[in-house]
Amino acid sequence: MAAYIAKRLITAIPVLLGLSLIVFLIMAMIPGDPATAILGSYATPENVERLNRSLGLDRSLPEQYFIWLGNLLQGDLGRSYALNRPVLDEVLERFSATLILASTALALCTVFGLLAGIVSAVRQFGWADRIVTLFVLVGISIPSFFLALLLILFFAVRLQVLPASGMYAIYGGGDLPDLLHHLILPAVTLAVVATGVVARLTRTAMLEVLRQDYIRTARAKGLGERKVIYRHALKAAMVSIVPVVGLQAGFVLGGAVYIETVFQWPGIGAMLVKAISTRDILLVQGGVLFVAAAYVFVNLIADVVQATLDPRLKA
Amino acid sequence: MSVPILEATPTPEPMITRQTTWRLLMNNRLAAAGFYVIALVVLIALLAPLLPLHDPDVTDPADRLLPVFSESHILGTDHLGRDVLARLVWGTRISLLVGISAALMAAFFGSLIGLVAGYAGGRTDNLIMRGIDMLMAFPYILLALAIVAVLGPGLLNALYAIAVVNIPFFARNVRGIALGLSHREFVDAARLSGKSHTAIVATEILPNVLPVIVITMSTTVGWMILETAGLSFLGLGAQPPQADLGSMLGQGRALLFTAPMISVVPGVMVFLIVMSINLLGDGVRDALDPRLRAGALTRPMPVTRIDRENVPAPDEMARASALAVTELETSFETAGGREPAVKGVSFSLRKGECLGLVGESGSGKSVTALSVLGLVASPPGVITGGAVTIEGRDVFSLRETEIGSLRGGKVAYIFQDPLTTLHPLFTVGEQVAEAIRAHQPVGRAQAQAKAVDLLRTVRIPDPEQRASAYPHELSGGQRQRVGIAMALANEPDIIIADEPTTALDVTVQAEILRLLQVLRQERGLALLFITHDFGVVAEICDRVAVMRRGEIVEAGDTAAVLGNPQHPYTKRLIACVPKPGQGRRFLEAIRRLPAEEAAGGSGS
Repeated sequence: MAAYIAKRLITAIPVLLGLSLIVFLIMAMIPGDPATAILGSYATPENVERLNRSLGLDRSLPEQYFIWLGNLLQGDLGRSYALNRPVLDEVLERFSATLILASTALALCTVFGLLAGIVSAVRQFGWADRIVTLFVLVGISIPSFFLALLLILFFAVRLQVLPASGMYAIYGGGDLPDLLHHLILPAVTLAVVATGVVARLTRTAMLEVLRQDYIRTARAKGLGERKVIYRHALKAAMVSIVPVVGLQAGFVLGGAVYIETVFQWPGIGAMLVKAISTRDILLVQGGVLFVAAAYVFVNLIADVVQATLDPRLKA
Repeated sequence: MSVPILEATPTPEPMITRQTTWRLLMNNRLAAAGFYVIALVVLIALLAPLLPLHDPDVTDPADRLLPVFSESHILGTDHLGRDVLARLVWGTRISLLVGISAALMAAFFGSLIGLVAGYAGGRTDNLIMRGIDMLMAFPYILLALAIVAVLGPGLLNALYAIAVVNIPFFARNVRGIALGLSHREFVDAARLSGKSHTAIVATEILPNVLPVIVITMSTTVGWMILETAGLSFLGLGAQPPQADLGSMLGQGRALLFTAPMISVVPGVMVFLIVMSINLLGDGVRDALDPRLRAGALTRPMPVTRIDRENVPAPDEMARASALAVTELETSFETAGGREPAVKGVSFSLRKGECLGLVGESGSGKSVTALSVLGLVASPPGVITGGAVTIEGRDVFSLRETEIGSLRGGKVAYIFQDPLTTLHPLFTVGEQVAEAIRAHQPVGRAQAQAKAVDLLRTVRIPDPEQRASAYPHELSGGQRQRVGIAMALANEPDIIIADEPTTALDVTVQAEILRLLQVLRQERGLALLFITHDFGVVAEICDRVAVMRRGEIVEAGDTAAVLGNPQHPYTKRLIACVPKPGQGRRFLEAIRRLPAEEAAGGSGS
């Protein structure tokens, strides 16, 4: 197992390098002169040139990339112009809030997606299957930012049981119950779409597996239907479900952009939207890179979990 | 989000495809509903300039925030007094235009990349696909954000961003098929005829990947509309005064508490559009690629459905034997009604006896064997008549739990091809132990120890070690021994072996047969042995029943049937057993098989 993890970690390195290269290239495509953009159009040519030199923009593109990468590896993501603080500090602070939101949503979508998918497969064509199918259809079609507004209207405005925004109450609060109270709506909203995807896939995977010869063998052994479904079929189905849950991490991390904006959750998604409108490019760059790296890491975990489930993959 | 990745899709005549695809699509009620809704929305959006609507951009401070159903403003007005209905229709127009343009753009560039990678293959393919994988390693929306960050907010830039992040889906799906096609004969032929690469891709490959492009497009266009709306919602897409549904929703959010309808109306519209496109998309995918149809997958029940027309009472003979099958009828449900696979089969098996059930594939012998304990997959299988008597009881009248205790208890199965019949994710020791624990009240450790003993009984070398191996780590012969060990776990009276040696090579087959023979004699087992091979029958069976098209055509003592076969079908089957130096006879037997017989019955 340790050998497999090590192997997967090594294969993650080129992916991370590739990500950094793509982010670097996208950022290098910014039209116009960054120094002029920073200093404004009335800057003196001398100042522009000085800034260009200090930013390393007088060097060739590959040179720039390696300098940038070197800094990156030392944890230097540059400074945010708008916030006037190191990008890394801001990103780390924001990421912890996103992590709370995204991991809760991921847990919710995994648990409920699996349950819904299993029920739907086991009671195929029954009323539970119909309800799940309808939920999946609505879940994958409704814009999450619209769902967020609807939930706010219902739970925060109509029923007034849950807060409409923020991570903690402004006065008092700040403890765990307060956090959970604020977490419910954004986490649920974020989880809905992903739950639909996981449920749909779980249903298909279970139905696929239940037709396999080894399920007939399990039945021929005299195992009860419960064991057949929850031990034999589910384990085999999990092998194809786990990577999809990993992919949902990407969806949840990306969807956080909308949800954090609507619920004013102080995470990295809300930060990115603000940074784009203030043209704080280094902050965008740092944030995107950080979240993408986190996504690669989650998929790595998904791969390892998959390999523990399926011994054939370790070879 | 989950876009199916397809392999080669055969494309029949285009004209026929178009008609039947359309009919298939419209037969799918949900897809048809989706089609009508989206068609209506598109029609209204197209006709927007002709409709008697207010000017969507004219503000009117006197009529700010009018409620829904106000006079001359059916959906009310927004905070600047603009007519919400007019803005909805015009916003829908923009959203659809942007979403569909993004989809076309992604489809064009993605398919182009996929075609080039798939057709070129080799290093080019490798390089391109690595790049595509990189793009897919980003959380989807984040990459779009990064692109908008660079290009700056704006509707057109949002369109580019969404198109770019969707390119990988098209590239991947198209490349998969193009790669397969580029090695096909007709492409080789085109190459030999001197056509240029561009011409080959355009005339030979492109037409064959079109269904995949359509499927990918129909499953992603909804997302693209949703995501462009999302970027506008964040203020990164459409800029005022231009408004699409997303930016209407974004602006309405500020008034959520006072005038919720202003944001609910465009939100519902986006939802409606995306849902109808998703329904239509699923329908298109199902119609173009029937293998992916959700309805094609049905869950088999724990016990075959029993719907008997005749229930024969067990006679004295049946009561006395270990296993008696009386007038068994098993059918398969098809679109055209019930298709019988076993038509009134009767036989009995005494204690310690070995009965061979022989026939070619499709003769119904496996279905007969599986019917004994209701293991025929159902749907589509149905037991439509007859009885199976074990220990004087009619199996088909038992409750599910009682059948469960017979399975693997009194009656055990050994299946063909243990690579697919053993669970790939459990060790063989666990699987044998599980069979023990299903019937005996023993602890985990004790069951494990017993399992190792059983593995030793079936002569697996080094059983302690092998018990913790997974099926894929064993040889075919060893896997089959595991299957036998599992069958022996609860000291059954009857073993039903369904072609247990067919997947094995000849020497291993001989060993397995010897093992079964020894076990039978040691334990007094009754053995129902299903095979197509008369050679095997001669070796181990006391009696034999020959099946053809769901019926037993001849039965009797092995020696008698082999020595003096009565039915012509039996004669031919016997003649099929190759003997050294008699290859000619084998060929003759095949030659004499009339075409209609070769076509055979149904199911196996």
